[in-house]
Amino acid sequence: MEESQSLGQFMVQQSGKLMSQTLTHISLTLLSMMFAITIAVPLGIWIARKRRFSVPVLGFAGILQTIPSIALLGIMIPFLGIGPKPAILALFLYALLPVIRNTYTGITGVDPVVIDAAKGMGMSNWQILIKVELPLAFPVLMAGIRTATVINVGVATLAAYIAAGGLGEFIFGGIALNNSNMILAGAVPAALLAVVLDFLLSRVQRLSLRRVRIAYLLLPFMFVLFCSFYFLPTKIGGRMLAGFTPEFMGRQDGYLGLKEVYKLKMETVVISDAVKYKAAYEGKLDVIDGYSTDGRLKAFDLITLEDDQHIFPPYYAAPVVRQDVLKKHPVLEIVLNKLSGLLDDEEMTRLNYNVDKLKQSPEKVAADFLSAHHLLQPALPGGEGLIRIGSKVFGEQYILAQIYKLLIRGYSHLDVETKTGLGGTQICFDALKNNQIDLYPEYTGTGLLVILHPSLSVLNGIPKDKDAVFSYVKKEFSRQFNLTWLKPIGFNNSYALMMRRKQAADLNIKSITDLVHYIKEN
Amino acid sequence: MIKVENLSKKFDGKFAVERINFEVAEGETLVLLGTSGCGKTTTLRMINRLIEPDSGEVYIDGKNVAGQQPELMRRHMGYVLQNHGLFPHYTVLENMSVVPKLLNWDKEKIRSRSMELLDKLKLDRTLGKQYPSALSGGQQQRVGLARALMADPPILLMDEPFGALDNITRADIRREFTELDELVKKTIILVTHDIQEAFEMGNKICLMDKGQVMQYGTPEELLFKPQSSFVASFLREHKLLLELKFLKMGKHTAWDLLGQLERGKLREILLTSGE
Repeated sequence: MEESQSLGQFMVQQSGKLMSQTLTHISLTLLSMMFAITIAVPLGIWIARKRRFSVPVLGFAGILQTIPSIALLGIMIPFLGIGPKPAILALFLYALLPVIRNTYTGITGVDPVVIDAAKGMGMSNWQILIKVELPLAFPVLMAGIRTATVINVGVATLAAYIAAGGLGEFIFGGIALNNSNMILAGAVPAALLAVVLDFLLSRVQRLSLRRVRIAYLLLPFMFVLFCSFYFLPTKIGGRMLAGFTPEFMGRQDGYLGLKEVYKLKMETVVISDAVKYKAAYEGKLDVIDGYSTDGRLKAFDLITLEDDQHIFPPYYAAPVVRQDVLKKHPVLEIVLNKLSGLLDDEEMTRLNYNVDKLKQSPEKVAADFLSAHHLLQPALPGGEGLIRIGSKVFGEQYILAQIYKLLIRGYSHLDVETKTGLGGTQICFDALKNNQIDLYPEYTGTGLLVILHPSLSVLNGIPKDKDAVFSYVKKEFSRQFNLTWLKPIGFNNSYALMMRRKQAADLNIKSITDLVHYIKEN
Repeated sequence: MIKVENLSKKFDGKFAVERINFEVAEGETLVLLGTSGCGKTTTLRMINRLIEPDSGEVYIDGKNVAGQQPELMRRHMGYVLQNHGLFPHYTVLENMSVVPKLLNWDKEKIRSRSMELLDKLKLDRTLGKQYPSALSGGQQQRVGLARALMADPPILLMDEPFGALDNITRADIRREFTELDELVKKTIILVTHDIQEAFEMGNKICLMDKGQVMQYGTPEELLFKPQSSFVASFLREHKLLLELKFLKMGKHTAWDLLGQLERGKLREILLTSGE
């Protein structure tokens, strides 16, 4: 996607996808509202009759409202899997409170004299409810339905996190890819949808319920009609289902490359990073994207597929160091290079697993690792100078920073200060450039795409293999920033496709090509 | 027609109504009179079973109401409330047709009966399409009565039917109502705290206090033979005016004669002191 593209052009170009996402969004919202109304209105009437239950019922609905939406979606995966079912259930739960409360308020707000008159004239309880209480409570009740609908249009964007689709796919894809057109292509229709639905419901609210009984009965049918637009992205017998993050879906070195280079044709849903591993583990998804050294690989017993046609750019990790520091302390280069070649993907995954899943401290994991490789030395007396090590804010970087700290203290007379948790790439890099830290571990792919950010033509000129990328970033960092890339540590934390270990073994799938073949044959 | 026997009701352990007895013959009007909280409304609501009594019986035409289905029974008793109780989302005509619809009348019958009653109650026919909020207090009360009369029920229960109206409107509407042919044959139980109203409308008066009947009898009996000091003191302020109205001098009451003699002068004085 070119940068100069306008929002209008983007929306036209993506109109098919936009239309289906919008319809899915409407279906999710309306279906959940229909369920909510079916449950919440009778419940509201019931607590208006039995007032002593109003406090616990409203309290419980209120608690549901406070559960963070992404947490609620996550909790449901083991029971309902991924896709529209848990999304609709979550939206349903969020819609309960406004509808119950307004039904209750509406019914209890009816003038008791009017109810008394209705009774005195010989109306049955059911007649009083249908002919007197509901019509009089209707405006208040509808206000609750409007509130819930507008909230749900917003929350439904989160459905994209669990493969239920909707306009959230564009929004989260746009955020992940830093593509504001894509964000707006999701956000603007979602906002319009909220406004339009609210407007339509405001018209309904003004109708006198008694006069539109037929229209009122038709309303649920209209809902169902809308829902017939709905295409459920669910697993269909025998076929494999892939779940990719919004970012991966939109990247050339992601799903787009898979389609172009490998000619991968499989059913795909969009899902959030937070739940995809669990979904794969539970068998709701068969293939997911991820990072090859992620500790969750081990935690959920997944394996990576070999990228035999090299569409994922290499993300080899290596320490990036200020050149003036290397000149001042030549011993540093020797010490740091001791780690080179020792940490492969599997080993790094294991260390990450120890920190992320087993909750061991990065210090302990680093010391255990060095000790296993007979590199753990007692600290030498310092005094020759201070080295400041930075790291980004995730487990793998903490571990690397701790390993470097132990190596420097063990093999030189330099002192070490760690400045871990420096946020993202840009913060670490700026800190290094501005002499606030002396080194931090970086990945070749990140150095290339995020920091050097070369034009598309230059990028296409660089071969996608490990050494070519490394030598390119090494040369450019040295030339532009006076920073040196030392030898790569060994592991490659790049994008990868993952499958459950057992399924991959059963189907004899080792590489992405194997996967493509398998899908073609079945 | 209506017979109440040893009727009692407790709220929160305290008697709201305690062992009440009375009987209303067909075409008679019984007034339940007393200050607020004396139990008169509770008594009325036990007759159409809006409140279920703790003990005691109510018979209508010799049949115990406890054995009947309350909804069906109520459709044959007109019920008029102090704040009219009109359905705000129904027009005047729709309000009036509630009970006939419950009784499955056909449209034409409902329409002609509605028009008849609008005319009788001096309500403009064009008001039929209005919502209650567009009507004056007096008009609302007339519609409330019209609604209760639609199905021509033999019994009419009225709970402070003029209570929400100002003094002048109240006196006017009350006079109109007493002259209304529709009401002549009805057996009526009327609840009020207004002594004038009670004596003007009641064939019998049941004066209540703290849930008990203080005296039950004709207006004359209450006025001239009070059974207790409570009854006497309750009526004291109105005594002169009422006595004049009930004292017969040949064909006329003393009140009428006074009015003729003084051409309204003395009568005016009495009126202001009375109201």
